[in-house]
Amino acid sequence: MAQVTIENVSKSYAGDVRAVNSVSIAIEDGEFIVLVGPSGCGKSTLLRMVAGLESVTEGTIRIGERTVNEVEPAERDIAMVFQNYALYPHMTVRQNLAYGLKNRGTPKAEIDKRVAEASRILELDQYLDRKPRQLSGGQRQRVAMGRAIVREPAAFLFDEPLSNLDAKLRVQMRGEIKQLQRRLATTSIYVTHDQLEAMTMADRIVVLNGGHVEQIGTPLEVYRAPQSAFVASFIGSPAMNLIAARGEGGRLVIGDQTVTMNGAEVPNGPLTLGVRAEDMALASGNGDGHVEMAIDYVEELGASRLVHGRLTDERLALSLPSGAPLSDRLSITLDPHRLHLFDPDSGRRI
Amino acid sequence: MHKTKVVDHLILLFGVFIMMAPVVVAFMTSTHDALDVHLHGLQVTWGGHFTDTYHEMLTKKGGFTGEVTGARMVMNSFILGVGFAVGKIVLSMLAAYAIVYFRFRMGVIFFWMIFTTLLLPLEVRILPSYDVMTKLGLVNTYTGLIVPLLASATGTFFFRQFFKSVPDELLEAARIDGAGPFKFFIDILVPLSKTMIAAIFIIMFVYGWNQYLWPMLMTNEESFYTLVRGIKQILLVWVGSQIPEYNQAFALAILAMLPPVLIVVIFQSWFIKGLTESDK
Repeated sequence: MAQVTIENVSKSYAGDVRAVNSVSIAIEDGEFIVLVGPSGCGKSTLLRMVAGLESVTEGTIRIGERTVNEVEPAERDIAMVFQNYALYPHMTVRQNLAYGLKNRGTPKAEIDKRVAEASRILELDQYLDRKPRQLSGGQRQRVAMGRAIVREPAAFLFDEPLSNLDAKLRVQMRGEIKQLQRRLATTSIYVTHDQLEAMTMADRIVVLNGGHVEQIGTPLEVYRAPQSAFVASFIGSPAMNLIAARGEGGRLVIGDQTVTMNGAEVPNGPLTLGVRAEDMALASGNGDGHVEMAIDYVEELGASRLVHGRLTDERLALSLPSGAPLSDRLSITLDPHRLHLFDPDSGRRI
Repeated sequence: MHKTKVVDHLILLFGVFIMMAPVVVAFMTSTHDALDVHLHGLQVTWGGHFTDTYHEMLTKKGGFTGEVTGARMVMNSFILGVGFAVGKIVLSMLAAYAIVYFRFRMGVIFFWMIFTTLLLPLEVRILPSYDVMTKLGLVNTYTGLIVPLLASATGTFFFRQFFKSVPDELLEAARIDGAGPFKFFIDILVPLSKTMIAAIFIIMFVYGWNQYLWPMLMTNEESFYTLVRGIKQILLVWVGSQIPEYNQAFALAILAMLPPVLIVVIFQSWFIKGLTESDK
């Protein structure tokens, strides 16, 4: 168990491709950090640098008090769970779990004890003598977890471990991994492209885009106060609506419609307005500050319905209770305190 | 539909006949005595001398110096076949391991250099190879028989393709598990290549077993005779009124065919597995 400190870490490949650009993250002991971002954002590269599978071009990585830039993966006191599990196909589950311990010369009795312990925690007891190909996807996933647990490492590294599972199993394993991590209180770094996994599992989320950090924060912070238009559009489902607007004398103007802001400040000039589908409601009566929306189509989700339409020329998705009345045009209100304003050029929050 | 099936079977049966008839004739002929064969030619019926012929062929010292028995030739053929196959597998696995997993200077060039040796079979380089072996004093040794044939572009290429298909994550998992290059090779790659090894073993064993030109060049002592050479030798004694032991020549031919056939039949399923699917 240890802190993991990533300081100004960059990774360049030959040909001046910068995969990771000056990333700094301080990970607390026992914390569950999720690195999330679209493919190619550098999240896996960053994780692999922590694991020691990629060299660090610039910056420092520390595990505990020790700088590990030049340390071999096996010496870093970490364990990694891979997307395709990377179980040794010719070894039984038991041998898979024991292999790492055997290589470091752990006494036989100790290995047996730890393997028994891990297989008990992961309910793998009855599968210990099977080969990986005789196991289901979820069981393989558990073996991969087990291989990490028996090492009793300072940190777990997860590289999209749930991507190969079907949707139902993914939800179940998500819960299991989270519980397990709580119980063992081992510092964990978890890479995923799935914002839902990030939201549900993380103590803190690190949103990466194009090799740099967009935002670090708890799931709620990132959800409620996205620091950039990118984070706003990436976190949350359905994605936050981003609408071109402009500020005029304290009011927010979208095309030919105006939103009153009830005291919330709006700078003059062009803006990007961010509003979540669930932060809008049907307007009652004909009041000021209502905006008109034309409906294109409706997605019925059971508990709610997702209405897709246009506000002037901007696409907009709106979440309504499933019984809500619908017509071709809707009059809606925006909650001024739940609006997010971004600079259209830099994408930063205003 | 039914009609085509009958025709299909006729075609297949004809194929079987073409393939098997010479073998059957050879076997039947080997059960007659030499005089019979000499007078009446090839035989298709049971001659009744099966035990005599094969016993004599395996135990009687023959050849020019009278030193070599059939059993000895079988042993020599086995040494050549197995040594050849095992040596080739070890060498080409190590070469492929180096090419796939280690980034060394001009690795690609080395690979293509190995690959181009496919265009230079033994027959092309037979004189220089022989010259080298003579200078090393390895004529009439098993080492001289086997070692010059070990470098194998085919094997290296097969293993290279196989290693390339092994997911990188296995190597990474092994690195995190503290396995160095040697351990990774022995603990992970070799067991994974099992079916591949079996397939290549079969090919190479048969290839080594059937070598004729190189053993003839490298060994002139009859104690090094292989089965394939022995067959020829028996027919060479036709001097004066002596009749060559035709029956024994056929018996030797049958014997020479047997081990490759057995190996292919026994390992057939492994062979197909090794070439088509991978155990990952």
